[in-house]
Amino acid sequence: MNEKLKGFIEEAGWPRVIIGLFLLSLFVAAPFVKVRVDASISDTLVRFGMNGILVLAMVPMIQSGCGLNFGLPLGIIAGLLGAVTSIQLAFTGMLGFLTALAIAIPLAALFGTAYGLLLNRVKGDEMMIATYVGFSSVAFMCMMWLLLPYTSPTMIWGYGGSGLRTTISVEGYWLHILSDFLSLQIGQYLYVPTGMFIFFGFMCFLMWAFLHTKTGTAMTAVGSNPEFARASGIDVNRMRVVSVVLSTVLAAIGIIVYQQSFGFIQLYMGPFYMAFPAVAAILLGGASVHKASMVNVVIGTFLFQGILTMTPSVINSLLQTDMSEVIRIVVSNGMILYALTRKVQVKR
Amino acid sequence: MKAYTTKEKIQHFLISNAVPIIFILMSAVAIPLSGFSATYLVQEMLIRLARNSFLVLSLIIPIVAGMGLNFGMVLGAMAGQIGLILVSDWAVVGMRGLLLAAMIATPIAIGLGYVCGAVLNRAKGREMVTSYILGFFVNGIYQLTVLYGFGKLVPIGNAELVLSRGYGIRNAINLAGMRHALDYLVPIKIGTLNVPVGTYLTIALFCLFIVWFRRTKLGQDMRAIGQDMGVAGAAGIPVEKTRIIAIIISTVLACYGQIIFLQNIGTMNTYNSHDQAGMFAIAALLIGGATVSKATIPNVFVGVVLFHLMFVVSPMAGKQLMGQAQIGEYFRVFVSYGIIAISLALHAWKRQKDRERARRSLRGEA
Repeated sequence: MNEKLKGFIEEAGWPRVIIGLFLLSLFVAAPFVKVRVDASISDTLVRFGMNGILVLAMVPMIQSGCGLNFGLPLGIIAGLLGAVTSIQLAFTGMLGFLTALAIAIPLAALFGTAYGLLLNRVKGDEMMIATYVGFSSVAFMCMMWLLLPYTSPTMIWGYGGSGLRTTISVEGYWLHILSDFLSLQIGQYLYVPTGMFIFFGFMCFLMWAFLHTKTGTAMTAVGSNPEFARASGIDVNRMRVVSVVLSTVLAAIGIIVYQQSFGFIQLYMGPFYMAFPAVAAILLGGASVHKASMVNVVIGTFLFQGILTMTPSVINSLLQTDMSEVIRIVVSNGMILYALTRKVQVKR
Repeated sequence: MKAYTTKEKIQHFLISNAVPIIFILMSAVAIPLSGFSATYLVQEMLIRLARNSFLVLSLIIPIVAGMGLNFGMVLGAMAGQIGLILVSDWAVVGMRGLLLAAMIATPIAIGLGYVCGAVLNRAKGREMVTSYILGFFVNGIYQLTVLYGFGKLVPIGNAELVLSRGYGIRNAINLAGMRHALDYLVPIKIGTLNVPVGTYLTIALFCLFIVWFRRTKLGQDMRAIGQDMGVAGAAGIPVEKTRIIAIIISTVLACYGQIIFLQNIGTMNTYNSHDQAGMFAIAALLIGGATVSKATIPNVFVGVVLFHLMFVVSPMAGKQLMGQAQIGEYFRVFVSYGIIAISLALHAWKRQKDRERARRSLRGEA
């Protein structure tokens, strides 16, 4: 028994075990401090669905050896452009949602290609440069949101008559369009956004299937050993670009799914720090800087979002102070730090 | 040895100083647009040079040691702020207050620097991204300490510092007692211009320190490590220990830099000041023409002047050009991040090219 436990801890890594236990203890403590467990589970599920695809976007680049995609905001911007344009065209319901996707995906592919070509020139330093590519693209778009000629009165500032607002409501357009599809309402508090889960599951399946195609396998080979991959006739640079494009496109899809559930499009500095929770989540799920799987995505998103949901309510009632923000910072960055400093151990 | 022609020399100069030259040109366009007077700009630059140079200088030593830009300098900034919080609670003012703050902050900075160095030793080859994330992580711990620990575990007597709930430090702290304590230690006025001589003297002293330090045994060791870690290790230099020392020095200096920065500004933004310190210092250094692997003292001063010139001018220029000051505001954020992205990318690209060339030369003539 002891051996088994040790083996499990070694397999999962200490941080994950600690955070898993922490989350569990939060759920156990919840009823004692008069926090409704079913409402908490419902919140966790909704947030899980919202963030899942953004976390999934990490997978292709990790697999191809490009490291953690701190440049996620680039894809998010493509998604924002799609969402904003779809509202401008005044499409509502499923049509609006699909229009947003249809505009965002080609844009993301375009941005992703350029981004991928850049990353090919800076092998070994991808993560730092990706961070700043993300930041500078967000800052650049801040100017663009003010200047782009959108006119829909629901989106632009009331005074002045130009420039997009910082937050735009999607209510009346495609609010909860995916979440409410086949959704379940159990009792007063428990709500399951089935449609979002189906979509997320479908995306995961596509990703999984892709990784098992010829191209996908080649991509993984590039990530595990670029020299070997080159020797077997794989175009390393092309595979890396493919992975970056995939990651960027998934980020664009992910943010639109996020918005339809959240209800608002956040422009300007909104996407600035969005890469960090996604990176932390996949690492929490057991991915390393070099290897990630769908299981990592699902477990990681659930654990991370679970903590984000539970800490404010439980810790708040327990200590009468709101420490959730600080805990979020420490947990997410601690997780990334752990992954970055972990020495690669060779199992004998 | 081939002699270079004048044309080649000029070409080389232009290429190696591309970033500062672009900035000079940009300022040349933006300054007339903004409509600021020359006296105003000179005064602003004098103040900002005093305010920021020390922080930027603290980045040099890790670059010499081959550890790239030390994004972990925010750790030092946080230590400095903790010192300032305590000193303002004890109501020690003026130069004595600053010295006391530095004395309290130094051990904290050394401790944090040690942690940072040890962490970076576990992440060789990706020091920058690791130190960057470490900055965020320690920021969380800093917030935990200052927002929850101060007033509860650490007694804070001054009610003006504490949040109304009874513990935790307020968002903004007035450092009026210490404001300009160092700047105008030696009061000198040239015409209508105020010159913060005290700070300049400190900075000059520190530049001498860097020049001297580079020539010491330790400084030479660091350069050797910066060139090639493996060779340095084989030559008997304790690589890991020296790298930790480089980071400790940088962290302690960043801590003093932050104290100097805040005594000039006069108010402290408890939860944001240190974040900006790191980003602005790094952007300024890169704009001054430094790269990830090479930084000199002139880079620092050129960078601070150019970066802050743009900082002052661009909102007004944006307003005149586009009719919205907000555009200029975003433009300057964009430039600070963009310049870091471009410099990092150019450097990595160059390194990759060098590596390919080295590999090709091994292969011989095809």
